[in-house]
Amino acid sequence: MMDVGRHPRIQLFTHSEVETVTGFVGNFHVTVRKKARYVDETACNACNECVAVCPVAVPDAYQQGFSSRKAIYMPFPQAVPSSYLIDMDACLGNNPIACGKCADVCEKHCIDYDAKDEIVPLEVGAVIVATGVEVYDPTEYDEYGYTRYENVITSMEFERLICAGGPTAGHFVRPSDEQRPLRVGFIQCVGSRSLSPKGNPYCSNICCMNTVKDTLLLADHYPDVESTVYYMDIRAFGKGFEDLYRRSKEAGVRYLRGLPGHVREDPASRNLVVTVEDTNTGHRLEEEQDLIVLACGVIPRQNGGNVKHLLNLSQTADGFFMESHPKLKPVDAPSRGVFFAGCAEFPKDVKDSVTQAGAAASRAGILLSTGKVTIEAITPVIDTEFCTQCGICAKVCPYGAIRPPDARTGRYPEVIEAACSGCGTCAAECPMDVIAMRHFSDAQILGQIDALLEDHPEEKVLAFACNWCSYPGADLAGTNRSQYPAHARLVRTMCSGRVDEDFILHALMRGAAMVLVSGCHFADCHYINAVTWTQKRIEKLWNRLDRLGIRPERVQMEWISAAQGTKFASVMAELDRLRRTVTPEEIEAAKTILAAEFEKKAERLRKQRARMKSQREKEEVDVA
Amino acid sequence: MATPHNLRVGVFVCECGRNIAGTVDCGAVSDFAATLPDVVVVKQNKYTCADPGQMEIRNAIAEHKLNRVVVASCTPKIHEPTFRNCVREAGLNPYLLEMANIREHVSWVHQDDPAGATRKAKDLVASAVARARKLEPQVEAEVPVTKAALVIGGGVAGIQAALDLADAGHQVYLVEKEPSIGGIMAALDKTYPTMDCSI
Ligand SMILES: Cc1cc2nc3c(=O)[nH]c(=O)nc-3n(C[C@H](O)[C@H](O)[C@H](O)COP(=O)(O)OP(=O)(O)OC[C@H]3O[C@@H](n4cnc5c(N)ncnc54)[C@H](O)[C@@H]3O)c2cc1C
Ligand code: SF4
Repeated sequence: MMDVGRHPRIQLFTHSEVETVTGFVGNFHVTVRKKARYVDETACNACNECVAVCPVAVPDAYQQGFSSRKAIYMPFPQAVPSSYLIDMDACLGNNPIACGKCADVCEKHCIDYDAKDEIVPLEVGAVIVATGVEVYDPTEYDEYGYTRYENVITSMEFERLICAGGPTAGHFVRPSDEQRPLRVGFIQCVGSRSLSPKGNPYCSNICCMNTVKDTLLLADHYPDVESTVYYMDIRAFGKGFEDLYRRSKEAGVRYLRGLPGHVREDPASRNLVVTVEDTNTGHRLEEEQDLIVLACGVIPRQNGGNVKHLLNLSQTADGFFMESHPKLKPVDAPSRGVFFAGCAEFPKDVKDSVTQAGAAASRAGILLSTGKVTIEAITPVIDTEFCTQCGICAKVCPYGAIRPPDARTGRYPEVIEAACSGCGTCAAECPMDVIAMRHFSDAQILGQIDALLEDHPEEKVLAFACNWCSYPGADLAGTNRSQYPAHARLVRTMCSGRVDEDFILHALMRGAAMVLVSGCHFADCHYINAVTWTQKRIEKLWNRLDRLGIRPERVQMEWISAAQGTKFASVMAELDRLRRTVTPEEIEAAKTILAAEFEKKAERLRKQRARMKSQREKEEVDVA
Repeated sequence: MATPHNLRVGVFVCECGRNIAGTVDCGAVSDFAATLPDVVVVKQNKYTCADPGQMEIRNAIAEHKLNRVVVASCTPKIHEPTFRNCVREAGLNPYLLEMANIREHVSWVHQDDPAGATRKAKDLVASAVARARKLEPQVEAEVPVTKAALVIGGGVAGIQAALDLADAGHQVYLVEKEPSIGGIMAALDKTYPTMDCSI
């Protein structure tokens, strides 16, 4: 910690938050709000006189509320920076001059009640997100009585009670009577691995080993304490973990396989009675403990939303930030130039956090050292001549890579190439068809469709597959030698978001029996949320087909991940089954209907363009 | 840039040993490819990705003045970079290469249906040629990078990342919302697995 404070190339902003981020990989413009501390951190020499005179005491969050601190305080003794600050919400009244005791005693005149927040602009090429986790609040597990029973505490509270720097100077006592507990029960998986609406479904990764650690600390300090751990599985999977677990058992800690159903307090002794089934024997037990420690899980930062929106990040269903690829790009965010370190990505212990931080620093370092980034030439080109400045492109872009148009100032949408990842959603959604994707142009894709459907289209299933999930899913089917009928014809796009409704209709007009649009599962979408636009588009298309009298089932939508080769093969088999239900009459009817639809659309665009042209000419004449 | 009037496409059909040729009639695919518009040369190889195969592509580009190249072989996920490099070395813009996946998407998944597999392989080659005829050379844009990093969050992970980057010589801004860095670890007593102090 101290090294960071001293490092000549690290500028530390504490009590600060990132307020805005614009720009793109290699070129981020950031503003940071440096909140007022009201104490000049460069002048303060931590003499502590101010704290002595401050008349206000509030619960000390660092000590988990077990002790108090003053309104002017140092967060904890080893804090970096080693400087005081004033908690203005607690400082006497809105008018601190009413008190002013600390300013009076400060000989170095460090205290300025009128200090203001500062906004600091920064230019950076890479961003590392290391916002960590929060500890789960177990109050909703009413059956364990946290907050109702004083002697039920969390694992975080345990840390402060056992710590020499804690509120009791390391004397381990229980809250109700400050007596040393002789029987301590630990309840595992609180808020984790839950299938009920309470808590979270994932394993929090650290609480098993943390409890093993806690039991060893107790055994070490107080050999007479009897610890019992109520658990469903002990996950001691890391290097040296099994050894610690064994040591804990050897130290006499009792591990009982079963999570308590209920904890109740004996009002006289303030002891706790635990009802639990020992699942190894099937016996229902009632056990008395002096203190209960809830091994609480960890949850995503609740303010993660802020960082998420600032940097265009996505979250998995768990709420943790989603990486670019779970195996191959575990510390890269889907937005280029952004990397993850530590628990922000998923719960992990210190060692794994440090390892991942090294990886993130290395990934960011590669970018910074190279000094330049190349942008794959798959970005959109907007032909503004017939752009109506509707702004849909900017709205659907998952990366904010299109500067929105402004009809009033006459500004057209503008592609920020370096921010674009080439998903093609804008091109698919543009109602005027004026966006061309480089290397995935309409002409190229329509050319593929025509070639694939030239011969016996009625026997074919035309399948659009995205570059990151469905296409490699199809590859995996091959690697696994999963066999399926030979009627499918794949067209690769970067993202299913690229699949213009016109491509699908074009295929049906060419007589394809079936069309499949396949992409990544929502949580895996390589373009943040582009796949949600695919879904909306296809749902709309189904309605349209229905209205036109074309069987909507002829267009299918499937989410197939790169790991789902078997699923790809079974989807293909199912599509082949559906293909056989499509009659030649149906195909012919659809061809006629769609030819007319395309003609109508062409006519509409022709007219609109002519109108825009004459309007523009008129304006030019007016100006002249 | 090649205009649509002087397109010259070369098609290279790979047998991948028996991997493709064991199911797909590669000869028939090659003959079919030769009938496609603007295709001026078709070559069939045992292993197109091996040196002799790549050499053949480079020679054909020079000899037949090819301006579009189609390789019908395995998935582009494996060898697209290989063949892009190959055509680049022969002086062609790498975006003028197109691949037809006749192994993962054909021979390996339709082993019991050689006729169907061959029909499909032909279609995929036709599709690749159709696409190749519409390909255009592309230039990848290069943008400079500001040599500084922002680290958001000053827990143990943010601290480590900031130190590593700074030690590597980069300017780092570390932003922590609390009044001190340290995160959760600063509130822990001892930490597993070493059981030593956390701060
Ligand atoms: C009770 C308990 C006991 C544990 N015991 C152990 C143990 O013994 N051994 C072990 O290896 N691991 C242990 N762990 C896990 C360990 O705490 C984590 O691995 C580690 O803290 C992760 O570090 P981090 O930097 O990713 O996140 P954090 O420690 O959560 O740090 C994140 C930092 O980012 C800041 N931040 C958040 N959002 C923003 C924002 N928007 N802007 C600016 N700053 C922000 C936070 O204030 C915080 O300082 C324990 C965890 C708990 C809960
Ligand atoms: S680490 Fe252990 S206690 Fe924590 S959630 Fe996973 S299994 Fe439960």
